[in-house]
Amino acid sequence: MPHHRLAPLSFLLLPLGLYLVWVIYPTFATMVLAFTNWDGISPSYDWVGFTNFERLFGDRVFWRSLANNVRWVAVFVTIPLALGLSLALALNRNVRFDRFLKIAYYLPMVLAFVVIGLVWAWIYHPRQGLINSTLFSLLSVAQSLGFDVNPAAARRIGWLGDPNLAMWSIIAAATWQHVGYVMILYLAGLKTVNTELLDAGQVDGASPWQLFRYVTFPQLAPVTTIVLVITVIQSLRAFDLVYVMTRGGPFNSSNVLANFMYIEAFMNYNMGYGAAIAVVLFLISVGFIAIYLYRVVQQEER
Amino acid sequence: MRRLVLILVWAGALLWLFPIAGAFVTSLRTQQDISANGFWSVPREISFDNYSQAWERGRVNRYLVNSFIITIPSIIGMLTLSSMSAYALVRFRFRLNRFLYFMFVAGMLLPFQILMLPVFQLSNRLGLYDTHLALILFHTAFQLGFCTFVLRNFLRTVPVSLFESAVIDGASEWTIYRRIGLPLILPAFAALATLEFTWVFNDYLWALVLLSSDRLKPVTAGLSTLMGQFVNDWPLIVSGSLLAAVPTLLVFFALQRYFIEGLTMGATKG
Repeated sequence: MPHHRLAPLSFLLLPLGLYLVWVIYPTFATMVLAFTNWDGISPSYDWVGFTNFERLFGDRVFWRSLANNVRWVAVFVTIPLALGLSLALALNRNVRFDRFLKIAYYLPMVLAFVVIGLVWAWIYHPRQGLINSTLFSLLSVAQSLGFDVNPAAARRIGWLGDPNLAMWSIIAAATWQHVGYVMILYLAGLKTVNTELLDAGQVDGASPWQLFRYVTFPQLAPVTTIVLVITVIQSLRAFDLVYVMTRGGPFNSSNVLANFMYIEAFMNYNMGYGAAIAVVLFLISVGFIAIYLYRVVQQEER
Repeated sequence: MRRLVLILVWAGALLWLFPIAGAFVTSLRTQQDISANGFWSVPREISFDNYSQAWERGRVNRYLVNSFIITIPSIIGMLTLSSMSAYALVRFRFRLNRFLYFMFVAGMLLPFQILMLPVFQLSNRLGLYDTHLALILFHTAFQLGFCTFVLRNFLRTVPVSLFESAVIDGASEWTIYRRIGLPLILPAFAALATLEFTWVFNDYLWALVLLSSDRLKPVTAGLSTLMGQFVNDWPLIVSGSLLAAVPTLLVFFALQRYFIEGLTMGATKG
């Protein structure tokens, strides 16, 4: 590698300039705004110290949103991960029509969250939605067979209208989208697994579960780290689905930090307060960004 | 055992396709038909009327054009600029090299909310608020993180001797970048462009933050307008959603290999 002074600058000037202006500067500017009372319209604003944060930590909507983000992360690092890994293991071998099967799981990944939100809002519709209609038809059949059931009950399930269900319904739609992604990463990871070790294990009489647990899974560790970090980052970024499907309602029961921040900043014009929410979201993400960076650094030293 | 696994995988795949298939069936029917007879009934008639309504009256035609106006220049911008930054990071030794690389990597994982307010402020100050250019600039800049990350690692696998021979020939760095660097990066471009197309095309949040005029909205933001316009006409809303998904679906089916390559390049080679 040649040692230059000006040549790298000439290549970096434009990309770096753009990055500094639109990504790096805003990150720090938000941290400053979080200590002001800017309303988004007035040209000037005052320094208010920790007022926004004090208000935030006393705000029930904040704790509710944070708890929902935790729920989202908890579901996301278990269900899509287990499903994606299982599917990758099942489809890593010669399976007939594997291309069709893979496409079925990949498809949701290509769709915009807005599209997913609208399609699922229809699926969850109490009277005409896919789920309740299906339940209604099944119960009607059961009733005609003499079972004591009331098909009309199926139409009273408010998947997005019931405060106890709304959050889980949205997370289910998000899971539908996320499984394919986990599966792609694990399928790529499985290609790097050392098959000699698997053969050796088989010769030694290890069960399929033992082979997976002690041979395959440990070798997938780097992929698992990446999948976990990206999954958590995705969960914290969750906005579109919530905004499109419920706007965080009913009664903030499905609110998440990203949506809470958007509503405070852009609907209620509490920009300073919104910035404080963003800073908290950022601080939560930093730990996970650090894990990712740590892995990248390790890779560099190899 | 093996049988059971296959049956489960097939059942899951059909379950996964069910929402899209159900949405498609709904889009061909009328609101009255579905509310009167339920989803599980034989359709009275099949028509593409909802699609033409969403296309014309719902202005999906206009919104889709906007999406392309935003997406295509963004992709050209981010690929051009990130090939330059990646080239610089791989080719030259300088003090901040590692630091800049880590900065690009960290930036691609930021929660969007930490950028939103200053980006909104900045676009206002530069007179770019409510223009396509604001979105193009922002997408280009933000995606530089991921693109630089991928391209740098891709370019690092190139033997140094390829560059050295050009240096001996007396070529300038920009000539080497154009004649050797770019052709080498080209295969990675295909994967990145496919992936970035779906990301930028599907963006909703930044369109909300940086645009206010309805006539400028990309299809994602346009769909929420459509939802307000045709409240409760679900077959029509669903038709609009499916129309909005057509470009990304086409790209995915045509360039599936590159799409998957792009995703795994970012995550496993890191």
